[in-house]
Amino acid sequence: MANFTPISAAIGGALIGLSAVLLMLLNGRIAGVAGIFAGMFEPQSNDRAWRVAFVVGLVAAPLAAKLVGLAVPLPQLPTSVVTIAVAGLLVGFGTRLGNGCTSGHGICGIARLSPRSITATAVFMVAAIIVVALMRHVVGG
Amino acid sequence: MRAFASLVCGFIFGWGLFISGMTRPDKVLGFLDVFAIPRGAWDPSLAVVMAAGLAVTSIGYALARRWTPLFESQSRWPTQTAIDRPLIAGAVLFGIGWGLVGLCPGPAIENLATLSPSVIIFVIAMAIGMAAHDLWQARGAITTKRNLADATTADG
Repeated sequence: MANFTPISAAIGGALIGLSAVLLMLLNGRIAGVAGIFAGMFEPQSNDRAWRVAFVVGLVAAPLAAKLVGLAVPLPQLPTSVVTIAVAGLLVGFGTRLGNGCTSGHGICGIARLSPRSITATAVFMVAAIIVVALMRHVVGG
Repeated sequence: MRAFASLVCGFIFGWGLFISGMTRPDKVLGFLDVFAIPRGAWDPSLAVVMAAGLAVTSIGYALARRWTPLFESQSRWPTQTAIDRPLIAGAVLFGIGWGLVGLCPGPAIENLATLSPSVIIFVIAMAIGMAAHDLWQARGAITTKRNLADATTADG
């Protein structure tokens, strides 16, 4: 487990939790990134400002990290544009259809002990694990 | 004030993802690759991120249940309870996309800061996928009684 980083993972996870709790205590909202993002584009939306603000804060974090001298690595993604686009479409469509993503279901939903979110999280985890297994050990060899 | 509070929350969330390494698809895929377990190369970090996040959120939400939000008249807790086909199908599709590249919505949007063309393509595709779903839903293709348009009932 050479890549395991338990301390930074625990600190980072706690910060994600803190953000979710604060958003509920201050604005009464669930910190589900897919839902917050999608709501920005709804034509009849009358609560766009807080959604845009959350996204701006999210994007500002690595910029601030860079400012204080931390390395912000370029994410390693597949070289195939088709794979990236298909994955993006699936993530967008799937999170809308299933009403949540890793944060909305995986953190906020499970913290509420919602059976819907526990189910959704188990399902998307298993689906992702199968895809990675196929890509790395069957297709990719 | 509401927008400012939200900005701060997004910023903290972004730091959490960044510090934990969850903005890095290679680290996420290192967790999802269970075949690495017998080889001793598995990276359980994502599980620790979730455990820590859940610990804080569970306690915080228990308090928040008895609290009226500071900048809103009421908290919007999700109200849906049915484990239905759209939930499962959506989770499967999302999981496939997540496994393909190792990006879920939070880290994808956050990584726009790197100006990586691949990330920009991913986020545009993600937005198109969301819009496609909403259009399809608006046309009444879903015959069940769900009301997705009502954001107050969404899980997240």
